[in-house]
Amino acid sequence: MPSILEQVRAIASDIFSVPLAQIHPESTPETIESWDSIQHLNLALTLEERFRVQLSPEEIEQMKDIGRIASLIEGKLQGTPS
Amino acid sequence: MLETASSSDLRSEIDARLQTGSPELAASRINELWRNHSNLATAAFVCSRYEKLRDRLSLIPHRLAILRSFTVEPIVPLLRAGAFCSGIDLTVHSGDFNAYAQEILDANSSLYRFSPGSVILAVRTADIAPDLWTQFCDLPQEEIHKACQRVSASFMQWIGTFRERSSAALIVHNLEQPIRPNSGILDAQSAGGQSESIRQINGELLRIAGENRGIYLLDYDALVARHGRQKWQDERKYLSARLPISSENLIHVSREWLRFLLPLNGRIAKALVVDLDNTLWGGIVGEDGASGIRLGPEYPGAAFQSLQRVMIDLVHRGILLAICSKNNPADAMEVLEKHPGMLLRPAHFAAMRIGWNDKGQSLREIASELNIGTDSIAFLDDNPVEREQVRASLPEVMVIELPQDPFEYASAVRGCAFFERLTLSSEDEQRTAIYAAQRKRTTEEQQFQSKEDFYRFLNQEVEIAPLSPETLSRISQLTQKTNQFNLTTRRYSEQQISEMSARAGWRILSLRVRDRFGDQGLVGVSITHDERDTCEIDTFLLSCRVIGRTVETAFLSALAKAAVARGLTHLHGSFQPTKKNAPAQNFYSQHGFQRSSENSEGSLWSLDLAQHEIPCPDWFRLIVHDGANH
Repeated sequence: MPSILEQVRAIASDIFSVPLAQIHPESTPETIESWDSIQHLNLALTLEERFRVQLSPEEIEQMKDIGRIASLIEGKLQGTPS
Repeated sequence: MLETASSSDLRSEIDARLQTGSPELAASRINELWRNHSNLATAAFVCSRYEKLRDRLSLIPHRLAILRSFTVEPIVPLLRAGAFCSGIDLTVHSGDFNAYAQEILDANSSLYRFSPGSVILAVRTADIAPDLWTQFCDLPQEEIHKACQRVSASFMQWIGTFRERSSAALIVHNLEQPIRPNSGILDAQSAGGQSESIRQINGELLRIAGENRGIYLLDYDALVARHGRQKWQDERKYLSARLPISSENLIHVSREWLRFLLPLNGRIAKALVVDLDNTLWGGIVGEDGASGIRLGPEYPGAAFQSLQRVMIDLVHRGILLAICSKNNPADAMEVLEKHPGMLLRPAHFAAMRIGWNDKGQSLREIASELNIGTDSIAFLDDNPVEREQVRASLPEVMVIELPQDPFEYASAVRGCAFFERLTLSSEDEQRTAIYAAQRKRTTEEQQFQSKEDFYRFLNQEVEIAPLSPETLSRISQLTQKTNQFNLTTRRYSEQQISEMSARAGWRILSLRVRDRFGDQGLVGVSITHDERDTCEIDTFLLSCRVIGRTVETAFLSALAKAAVARGLTHLHGSFQPTKKNAPAQNFYSQHGFQRSSENSEGSLWSLDLAQHEIPCPDWFRLIVHDGANH
């Protein structure tokens, strides 16, 4: 099973239509052109659907880079707040 | 829950095929991926890959505008992915947030500039009637009544204005009910409760839709109920992003929208071809015997009766049934004719292939017997191996995925989007009987020495009449569905037909055929317009049912005669070739037209009416009703 980070990168690559190799833990809306507010919402919804978690508005707000998103999901899957 | 290895393998294979293999093969793999993983991440992948393929596939382009009071953007990729996999290339325009009323009322709005083929109007009860939604208990009775009237009047104004300004189809969401009425069970105890008020508005919507052409209601309230009202909503996301629907339910909205877009674009199954053993009944008749199969009103045979019931409903919708079974014909026919548990009988089936042939081959034969394309066939078989083989040999056939449990068969078939229809003509209701008469004709035809003898024997009567309110829907339907004998393959909505008929010099005619075997119904359409001394043929088509009986000559002779009577000297027409209209390609040359020019769309033809007369074959009785479109 690929790591959570790898899965988040793959999802981000799909949603932003950017090759996987260009998605890094440090990638942010500033470094990925197609990462606008609509795609941000799409990313959040996709993560919810894929990992069967609920993301609160605050958590969606905190999704500032790919690495932090992966830790957020890891935290939620372990049942601990991130 | 997590993406499986097979999905990532499939993705790699798709990307490899995009580089090298055939576009059809790449598309069929993308469709497989979407079938197994209809979710947001896959939707983005499906859309991006189809965008690379679109120029190499013959997809139907369609422009959809969405007018809404809430965020729909995350639904759009799901909808586009589903549409791509059904052969439709959607361009979507989402109206400004909550600006639906201005967009409709302003003739110069981005909505009309987008020139959509169809429009969805999706407004939440909470947005259009906040008083009825949150403050219902505060309101005195007369205020409630006023609120209902206000909402209905708004819809009436929007729908009426839209209809004046656009010929696009309009799909209107009706209003959803709250999870629980604000006054609890008390709400149901008196007339004028909250639920009742919302139902009243929905009733008004139905009436308004009925008074206008091309307005279709989407029962949003029923959609929400089907998937569970409690779990439908996501209050937090509504407040933070104006998205009221939870992420897992977005796919259901996109699928419901697609149900409307499929028939609007002619992507429909005209026939359902079914297997027998373990599909129409439980067990194998060749082994268990007619008395050993499971079929009846009780457990476990009831599962199969439910499926048969659904199939009868499809017949009422104008969908033909056919059998494709690997079986001993005598065993199968015994069940079909005599088994007390059968709801379907041989007369329900327009074609049968019972034997040991390959199913792909049998499906081709059935398609040709029914005179439809294999891309208009849906295939139902409990055996996944047969389904896979049909997908491999005939990727255009709509193969229905069946769950393991026979008790889920009925709802799988009832839920199949390719069987959706937006309107029904009287021809649809009688289609199975019409095909039964067709089988008799074919049998008779083989006994005659010459075609002419057969035509005379048929005793054909052709009746040509101008457009009327009763025939409008069928005329539009024929332009949407007719692929073979169709010279220009122009698709027109009811609204467009209605507008054309009002223009000066335009004539829309319908043609009916009757013969000794019965009424074939309305099976031909012509649309012409007079330009100075010439009658221009915009559309000329015949349903496949009457191809090969010289009906086209009778129809053309009437057009020519009427043109001469109006003092015209020429008849002009064009032939625009498609993948399917070869049966019509020699029509103009066979009737004495001269080819005048070619353009990128096809060839242009001209007939000098002074030089050429087109006689009606003497085996027809021709009845022509004069008069204008009305």
